[in-house]
Amino acid sequence: MSDTGLAYEIWIGLEVHVQLLTESKLFCGCSTRFGAPPNTQTCPVCIGMPGVLPVMNRRAVELALRAALALNCQIARLTKWDRKQYYYPDLPKGYQISQYDLPIGLDGHLEIEDPKGRFPRKQIRIQRVHLEEDAGKSMHDEKAGLADSRIDLNRAGTPLLEIVSRPDIRSPEEAKAYLEELKLLMWYLGVSDCNMQEGSLRVDANVNIQISTPDGPVATPIVEVKNMNSFRAVERAMAYEVQRQYEEYLRTGRKKGDPGVHKTTWLWDDGAEITRPMRSKEESSDYRYFPDPDLAPVVFTEEEIESARQALGELPASLRRRLQTDWGLPAYDAEVLVGQGQPFVDYFLQTAQSCGDPKLASNWMQQDVLRLLNERGITIQQYPVSAEELARLLSKVRQGGLTTSRAREVLARMVADGCSMEAAIQALGITEVDESELLALCEQLVRENPKTVAEVRQGKLKAIGALVGQAKKKNPNVDPARVQQSCLKLIQESGQ
Amino acid sequence: MAISREEVQKVALLGRLLLDPQEVDIMTTQLGRVLDYMALLREVDTEGVQPMAHAVEMANVFREDRAEPSLSRELALANAPHRDEECYRVPAVLGEV
Repeated sequence: MSDTGLAYEIWIGLEVHVQLLTESKLFCGCSTRFGAPPNTQTCPVCIGMPGVLPVMNRRAVELALRAALALNCQIARLTKWDRKQYYYPDLPKGYQISQYDLPIGLDGHLEIEDPKGRFPRKQIRIQRVHLEEDAGKSMHDEKAGLADSRIDLNRAGTPLLEIVSRPDIRSPEEAKAYLEELKLLMWYLGVSDCNMQEGSLRVDANVNIQISTPDGPVATPIVEVKNMNSFRAVERAMAYEVQRQYEEYLRTGRKKGDPGVHKTTWLWDDGAEITRPMRSKEESSDYRYFPDPDLAPVVFTEEEIESARQALGELPASLRRRLQTDWGLPAYDAEVLVGQGQPFVDYFLQTAQSCGDPKLASNWMQQDVLRLLNERGITIQQYPVSAEELARLLSKVRQGGLTTSRAREVLARMVADGCSMEAAIQALGITEVDESELLALCEQLVRENPKTVAEVRQGKLKAIGALVGQAKKKNPNVDPARVQQSCLKLIQESGQ
Repeated sequence: MAISREEVQKVALLGRLLLDPQEVDIMTTQLGRVLDYMALLREVDTEGVQPMAHAVEMANVFREDRAEPSLSRELALANAPHRDEECYRVPAVLGEV
């Protein structure tokens, strides 16, 4: 692969934390709203006062079950919570309530595919899905020149779902695809908004490579990479780390399982585009998990699991397949539409159904509709033109009553004025040009431009463009394609 | 002895307890006795007994997902040994969690 050309295979496993869409924290009634002033959303439970008792948020358990089912996990019939003990100032109790040996979901999978075809469709196995509480936030106040850290406990106790994949990811592109699919899935399920800027989705990666050497396969020491703040950063960090491990192996020959070789943690530096080893404490982590005596276990019955499964709704993968098989859309179109969310797909389905041309509807939604949504920062529910209205416009285009460029102007006017298609057409002064009017115009043009006509006869078909241009000047409502067709026919006929 | 001095020192470190050598001796003896008793319990035949996850025979204790008023910041920070207008202040911590 580089100088000495040893082949290697990449092994990446991802640990993703998503914040659940609940109103209140996991064990108390404090709000989970993002962006509140520091330390205004805390109570004795989430700041770890002595003698308080946590009570489980029902909604958080429901959302965790939903996510575990959608990730095809085995659901624990009995699930419980354990204390993971470590000292850190943003963890006020001195332990995090998490799940150790009986997580809600075990042994699932998520299917990923690439519409660009860089890798074949494949399943990434999910090792476990569990529910835990978040810690607070430490801010290192370097500006003040003090050796202090400032602690905001608003986030402490916020419900998180940890989703751990098996090391089945074989390239940085697959890592990105996995994260995008996971995010889309959580969004469709209403489990999380997965907003990375607000910390609702966090990713750590475990990565190493299996090198084929003349003496047999060799694995490099596993590295955990943290501090990746976007999916793009994950992709770049993985590409960098893989190359770094390969070069380090060539230089040192150090491999997994050698005496004194342990898993290490490295931080991605997004500015420098490199990973750096993290300073680690002497002691190895020893969390001394034990069952939290303050929380009762949760038991799911078969009926509860089955009804949660039924309530999942249609998931992105199935929706994409349906758009391709039932609506004849290319994989790329299905990917883009589904990527915009369920309401966008619903709008598409209505438009496609009413105008009878799914591909046309898809093109318009990907271009004109999506552009406006992005420009205005609005959702499809706020789009000023209804699916029915857009479908009527597209029907008119299909029937030849409007050219594509004229229809774009009409749609822009419908959006700007919030008016009907008819009103927009009228406001733009567009009238339909009937066949005899068009023919008369073309006859006039052929008559008045003998030079152009001669050129076309000599085989310079491009010359016809001059006639089309004149036609549009004389009557902006004419369809250029029809003018071209009609003029060509007239020239051919007159030449015989 | 059921537990070594080194193990006691490790547990003390994990629990952020500073023990002098004499205290380490005492803890080694006392914790050793606790573990000896646990070893005695191990002699009970538990064949066919379900492992239990909890001492109370209770499950599915929930609260509804409703946001309720929190403490005022002043009250929340009232016990902090060091603080500023908005936050708890703690000695800077480096290294991995």
